Amino acid sequence: MAPSDERACTRALGLEGSANKIGVGVVRSDGTIESNPRETYVTPPGSGFLPNDTARHHRARVVDLVRKALREAGVTMGEIDVVAYTRGPGMGAPLTAVAACARTLAGLYDKPMVGVNHCVAHIEMGRLVTGCDDPVILYASGGNTQVIAYNERRYRIFGETIDIAVGNMLDRFARVCGLSNDPAPGYNIEQEAKKGKKFVEGPYGVKGMDVNLSGILTFYKTYAEENLGKGEVTVADLCFSMQETVFSMLVEITERAMAHVNAKDVMIVGGVGCNLRLQEMMAIMARERGGKLYGLDENGRMDDRFCIDNGAMIAHTGLIQYLNGETTPIEETECTQRFRTDEVLVTWRDKAGTKRTAEGSPAAS
Amino acid sequence: MTTETCAPTPALLALLRACDGSIEPRSQGAEARVYDVQLSGVECVAKQRFAKTYRLRELDERLTRSRLSAEARTMVRARKLGVLAPHVVHVDAKESCVYMERIRGCALKEALRSGETTREDLRRFGEEIGVAVAKLHDGGIIHGDLTTSNLMVRDEDGRVVVIDFGLSYPSKLPEDKGVDLYVLERAITAAHPSQTVLFDDILAAYKKTSQMWCSTLNRFAEVRARGRKRSMVG
Ligand SMILES: Nc1ncnc2c1ncn2[C@@H]1O[C@H](COP(=O)(O)OP(=O)(O)OP(=O)(O)O)[C@@H](O)[C@H]1O
Ligand SMILES: [Mg+2]
Repeated sequence: MAPSDERACTRALGLEGSANKIGVGVVRSDGTIESNPRETYVTPPGSGFLPNDTARHHRARVVDLVRKALREAGVTMGEIDVVAYTRGPGMGAPLTAVAACARTLAGLYDKPMVGVNHCVAHIEMGRLVTGCDDPVILYASGGNTQVIAYNERRYRIFGETIDIAVGNMLDRFARVCGLSNDPAPGYNIEQEAKKGKKFVEGPYGVKGMDVNLSGILTFYKTYAEENLGKGEVTVADLCFSMQETVFSMLVEITERAMAHVNAKDVMIVGGVGCNLRLQEMMAIMARERGGKLYGLDENGRMDDRFCIDNGAMIAHTGLIQYLNGETTPIEETECTQRFRTDEVLVTWRDKAGTKRTAEGSPAAS
Repeated sequence: MTTETCAPTPALLALLRACDGSIEPRSQGAEARVYDVQLSGVECVAKQRFAKTYRLRELDERLTRSRLSAEARTMVRARKLGVLAPHVVHVDAKESCVYMERIRGCALKEALRSGETTREDLRRFGEEIGVAVAKLHDGGIIHGDLTTSNLMVRDEDGRVVVIDFGLSYPSKLPEDKGVDLYVLERAITAAHPSQTVLFDDILAAYKKTSQMWCSTLNRFAEVRARGRKRSMVG
């Protein structure tokens, strides 16, 4: 977005901590991201992050991160117009810990607050940084796997996992293989998969626009337990096989949704969206449909600053809501672990997607 | 859609010419292209599955093969169960192509979006879809991709025809039937948010028709609840 007169801009501070990352961002209403520091709570190999420990981590780090975000943005709390925080979905304890900090800041400096849906924030951040106005969105992260498109004032879920989320599945498989959680289990699976040679065929769980992932995890887990160490198959082979299978399924349901709503453009958000193989597959699919995978560059590349949970996405989305007249009274600033993407009434977009052509048979377009 | 990716393979091209077919596909869905052809004077469509290059070759070939045979097999079985589905004319495994009766009409999603459907039309669609899905399920068939793209409204009598059986598979498990209904529900609520009564009518007709409605609808309710309860962290 073109830089504009800084003084004419509104500015939001956003706090995110719904899972194992704590992030604080400062964003201006012209779309400039002034700062976006983040820290991750990393657990030892073989273990996942538990709610109370994660909340403790976030509580310990949040004040420093707020200072850092303001310092990097070169502003004081006085220059912030609104404090945005993640209302949900996510883990209860960390959400509550971060919301408490947001409430304190808003109270101390007498600022309005806005509660933000984490999933909608991923989408709005994606739209901001890629400039794609009306894509079909694959939202793939530790806790979510959804195919989303905008329709009649809501982000509608066209497809999703019917059991576990893809990130969760990758994390659990990484634990079976004893891979490190640093920087992220999914990242380490991706690196292993690059070395894989042998394709071990497992189940393929596409149900229309939905996917079934737990059966695949069970298959590869059992296969790993029974066959690793016998010399015929390696951890790399299994990471490769599972990744190819699961990403094929995700790209397939995304394509099915694109055919269903007659869309050409696509975007991937959420932590799993950092995976280069997933980006590559999605880009090929989009190109073959005559469309495009939107990202930070021509090839649809996304990077972890925006794909992975961060404070700027909350600030940006909170700011849009604020500029559309929405604030959350302080006594209503609680959090909710369950908060579906399609529960949010999207007041800031046209009724239909802005660029989508009239629906009709694709042959006519 | 680029013309380049729409071009039929040389072998299909020869076939299309031989059977007096159009070279322009009438549609490009997610995984297949559909061409209008004439086979011995009968109006047909040729549905050809093409390679998805984003997928690993061996995985793609396996999927294409199994979906082609699932599609042809289920279409025949569905008709035997009294479900309105296109008549299969010919299967060309080498070209991953199935030739079937051409349905004159439009996709249900277009009918719903045209703004011309009355409450009465919706009731009739709901009734027909509910009965069709119940017959499939009672006959041990899961459609696998029930959406308003894969249901057509026939011009001649306005009846609903079930198409696209590529993801179908045989099963009698309440879980599979429940998921089949769940997929359909979400396809309707997401794409047609102001016409969700259609799904209520579908369920009502399903309940009246299926012998096993009780176990299926219980499981459907569970699948749905799982969706709501999913913690969605991250
Ligand atoms: N028998 C038929 N008669 C007329 N039109 C048809 C017929 N079969 C398919 N079509 C048209 O072609 C479109 C795509 O067909 P179909 O849904 O079978 O394929 P697809 O979605 O690409 O395949 P899949 O989901 O199996 O990969 C339909 O929406 C419909 O417009
Ligand atoms: Mg179809």
